Amino acid sequence: MSEIVLKDVNYIYNKGTPYEVHALRDINLTLGGGIIGIIGHTGSGKSTLVQLLNGLAKPSSGKVLFDGEDLWEKPERVRAARFRAGLVMQYPEYQLFASTVYEDIAFGPRNMGLSADEVDRRVRLAAEFAKVSPDVMERSPFDLSGGQKRRVALAGVIAMNPEFLVLDEPAAGLDPGSRRFILGGIKEYRKKSGNSVIIVSHSMEDMASYCDRIIVMANGRVIMDGSCAEVFSRSLELIGLGLDVPQVTHIASALRECGIDIGRDVYTVGYAAEKLDSFCKKA
Amino acid sequence: MKNAIEVKDLSFTYEGYGDSPDVTALRDVSFTVPEGSFTAILGHNGSGKSTLASILCMLEEPGSGEVIIYGKRMTGEDVTDEDIFEARRRVGMVFQNPDNQIVATVVEEDVAFGCENLGIPSAEIRKRVDAALDTVGMRKYARHSPHKLSGGQKQRVAIAGVIAMKRDCIIFDESTAMLDPLGRRDVMETIEKLNHEDGVTVILITHYMEEASRADKIIVLDGGRVLTEGTPAEVFSDPEKLWEASLDVPQSTELLYRMKKAGYDVRLDIFDAEGCAAEISRAIEKRRGKRV
Repeated sequence: MSEIVLKDVNYIYNKGTPYEVHALRDINLTLGGGIIGIIGHTGSGKSTLVQLLNGLAKPSSGKVLFDGEDLWEKPERVRAARFRAGLVMQYPEYQLFASTVYEDIAFGPRNMGLSADEVDRRVRLAAEFAKVSPDVMERSPFDLSGGQKRRVALAGVIAMNPEFLVLDEPAAGLDPGSRRFILGGIKEYRKKSGNSVIIVSHSMEDMASYCDRIIVMANGRVIMDGSCAEVFSRSLELIGLGLDVPQVTHIASALRECGIDIGRDVYTVGYAAEKLDSFCKKA
Repeated sequence: MKNAIEVKDLSFTYEGYGDSPDVTALRDVSFTVPEGSFTAILGHNGSGKSTLASILCMLEEPGSGEVIIYGKRMTGEDVTDEDIFEARRRVGMVFQNPDNQIVATVVEEDVAFGCENLGIPSAEIRKRVDAALDTVGMRKYARHSPHKLSGGQKQRVAIAGVIAMKRDCIIFDESTAMLDPLGRRDVMETIEKLNHEDGVTVILITHYMEEASRADKIIVLDGGRVLTEGTPAEVFSDPEKLWEASLDVPQSTELLYRMKKAGYDVRLDIFDAEGCAAEISRAIEKRRGKRV
């Protein structure tokens, strides 16, 4: 399993001008394995952090280590990082450009210089993971629905078989069913490919259901890093930061006020129902 | 009560081009929107929500059926351009992407843009712009550049532009979809304030069930048809039906639904955390009481 280590990273936009913004401060993180969620309010530094992972942004100070090697030491490592950490931007369907779905998904692996057979194999596998149906492969991506376009864009990145699949708000703007569909696909991809997944999102409900580890950012710093249970049990702090917690977490604290304590680590409806059930059996 | 909008058996088809077939976006849709009410429209992607919104503000011509806007029929041969302009003067729209609806380089000029197009005298525009910026809480940004604002702030500027034109009915087409939780909260508060205090008729298209639960009435579209409509309490009382339509219910309702299935006597139509907790605690007490 690959590992990305951020060591004492700082990032400053427009350094030395009146518009200077210190976007990241003294970040130390080790990323790798599982599905990692990154949350934080707008302007907390999430997007800058994500751009560091594949060399789109160069730290103002500190190091980005990919399997122990400093990314910025040699130029070829930066190029390699673009393929090793595949970035799916927000609303990636706006970046589709090819005349067919197949060509669009094939763009990344072709750029990697793979053989035609290997490109074909990767395209089909990626389409399967992203739940792009084989019958649309020869159609124009612009004729598809919003949810389908999103999945084609996702397949285009998966086709590069990145060791890290990094997604910025992968489910934004989709209806609840499509959200479950695309996030379920990502979870399955994680399981079958063994590659790490990093999701940036505002949706606490989604994060709670799909992530193994959550990193909370505020004002350019990492202020929480732990399991869903650990992070959501600090719901008051999260709300203080302008973040939301899942509604069911609010319900659990309201229940505690009524004398029904089902724990502070409640963040999915299923878990809450289970805890309520065992609470009632004990009582 | 008078109706702002009446829709009867409305169908709409996008004509195909080349090899692509026709796509029917709406089929026999009927509903009414009373003046001053707050209506939410739910539906999966591609269910016809945005087509409906475009028709209601006369950006798209209605297909077959009847659309009546503030008492004026907008369908049939005898509809004049003047009728269409009049309908557009009464029904405004705020779109999803804040970056797609800002046109000026200064906030107050952006808010004034629509009024200028209507040929309103400039002294009157000044008054309306200031009042609209107050309503959305953006007065202190009047001289700022819109592109440096957050998404939620940009949406509030866009809303101010519609308010300044004094629209009686505003359609919000997923206007909160691209915002972070804080931006969403601010925009929702602004929408509710417009509805409660200024009597603006609100139609909110959304994927957020919590937002829909605050409406007077919810209309659920599925495959271009009205799947169900009613108060939030009525619509969310059947979670299975919504899940099948690729939708969801608020987490409070889902938790209560699970409790009900486990044999507890609970209501499902509670959408706030405190109310939900109180209902669960009541049901647990009741069951304990029985055992004793």
